Amino acid sequence: MDALLTRWLPNVDWTEIGYASLDTLNMLGGSLLFTVLLGLPLGVLLFLCGPRQLFEQKALYALLSLLVNVLRSVPFVILLILMIPLTVLITGTSLGVAGAIPPLVVGATPFFARLVETALREVDRGIIEATQAMGASTLQIIFRALLPEALPGIWAAVTVTAITLVSYTAMSGLIGGGGLGDLAVRYGYQRYQPDVMAVTVILLLILVQILQSTGDRLVVYFSRK
Amino acid sequence: MIEFHHVHKTYPVNGREISALQSTDLRIERGEVFGLIGHSGAGKSTLLRLINRLEEPSGGRILIDGEEVTALDAAGLRRFRQRVGMIFQHFNLLSSKTVAENITLPLQLAGSYSRGQIDTRVAQLLERVGLGQHAKKYPAQLSGGQKQRVGIARALATEPKILLCDEATSALDPQTTASVLQLLAEINRELNLTIVLITHEMDVIRRVCDRVAVLDDGAIVEQGAVTQVFLHPRHPTTRRFVQEAEHVDEDGLRDDFGHVPGRILRLTFQGEATYAPLLGTVARETGVDYSILAGRIDRIKDNPYGQLTLALTGGDLDAALARFQAADVHLEILR
Repeated sequence: MDALLTRWLPNVDWTEIGYASLDTLNMLGGSLLFTVLLGLPLGVLLFLCGPRQLFEQKALYALLSLLVNVLRSVPFVILLILMIPLTVLITGTSLGVAGAIPPLVVGATPFFARLVETALREVDRGIIEATQAMGASTLQIIFRALLPEALPGIWAAVTVTAITLVSYTAMSGLIGGGGLGDLAVRYGYQRYQPDVMAVTVILLLILVQILQSTGDRLVVYFSRK
Repeated sequence: MIEFHHVHKTYPVNGREISALQSTDLRIERGEVFGLIGHSGAGKSTLLRLINRLEEPSGGRILIDGEEVTALDAAGLRRFRQRVGMIFQHFNLLSSKTVAENITLPLQLAGSYSRGQIDTRVAQLLERVGLGQHAKKYPAQLSGGQKQRVGIARALATEPKILLCDEATSALDPQTTASVLQLLAEINRELNLTIVLITHEMDVIRRVCDRVAVLDDGAIVEQGAVTQVFLHPRHPTTRRFVQEAEHVDEDGLRDDFGHVPGRILRLTFQGEATYAPLLGTVARETGVDYSILAGRIDRIKDNPYGQLTLALTGGDLDAALARFQAADVHLEILR
């Protein structure tokens, strides 16, 4: 078995692959956590301030919308570089997993917030009206009706965002972020070792598959329609 | 008691104010079932939503049991809404919650019920609307009629004194409509609940309402007891609604019977008079012959009624008319 692996994949250092996989998972977990923590309230705020919604605020909506659009239109590679001073300020380093998480969060949060806004808009307006008619406050409407009803859509948004983050982590190698994508670029591309490239791509593929099928299951579990 | 004093509502559309409800005065008594009928766009939905201020009035005052609803602040309005139930055409149940959880929601929102009280109340309500077996199901697993029953249970959870029904049976088939209307009539009696319902079907008004107001183009054009409005409609819009419900073309009658000889008259019976053998008696005593040109016999809520269009020939016509006038019926001479 060992002989076979050495023959077909001569350049693959499995210890390094292991560390790189762990880095990717850490970057993904950390950035997804903060993206959801920041993006969910931002998405709810976007929804509430939006046209003809509960808390219609034209100026605030225009401002938030502009901010989200600006961040979404900056290519992630550029954002990585632009963010370096801010990242150093927050984490003390711009390298490794810690250095990669802030730009990942800033890159994914506006994307996730927009998906949350869309999921909330899918909730039947009649449900909001019925809850209002029961005498619910705006906070009660959000937590007791809107979020539970939008849960399948929010899980779908989390899934799409997680997968987007996987591909972002690959780019973070550019600023020394580490992880599987970084390994693919440094060994597979720069040193022309196709076996390393193949192994990392297969591992990323497996990761994406797991994320998607887990996400799909959560969406189905929370859909009662 | 619900009172509207000069209440009106306008919407801004492209910078211009469009009137949805013209200045309206209205009085709905405690414990009655009050129907609002009108075509879509007539303003009935706006009028209903003004009662619990899902729509804010542009002017005027709304009083409920003497309390000025239009003067309430946000917190006061929320407490007030907890005492007014509402059901909807499309039920508006939370799809993510079970039947029991849907009924629990208004109790949780009110915040003044203990866990134990909530459980007892929910079980009671489920039993009352006949859904005791379905507590743990999700709305998607229920039929339309069952969903509306959940809606009714949810609306009654906080023991409101008023129930607002927004086209509550318009999405249901005729049989289910009848059973939901019967449930509404029962809870109206049991709880002395004031029910305000809007509909575009005269049949719904006939089955459950005590009084009715007809809306046309943002104004109430006719109102009164259902027996009065239904049997003797005056406004053209009302007449059209009655004709739709009865499948008769009242205006066409007079032309169609051009070739029928004799006097044509219409008799309207109500209550016990409906069952009295009046026609036969009068014909025998006065020697007139009658032929029935059109007729309907049915019930308005619990009241039997009959309305017959007759042609009378021969015999002592004046004596026959005098006999009809003396009897407990309403007589109209059409020709």
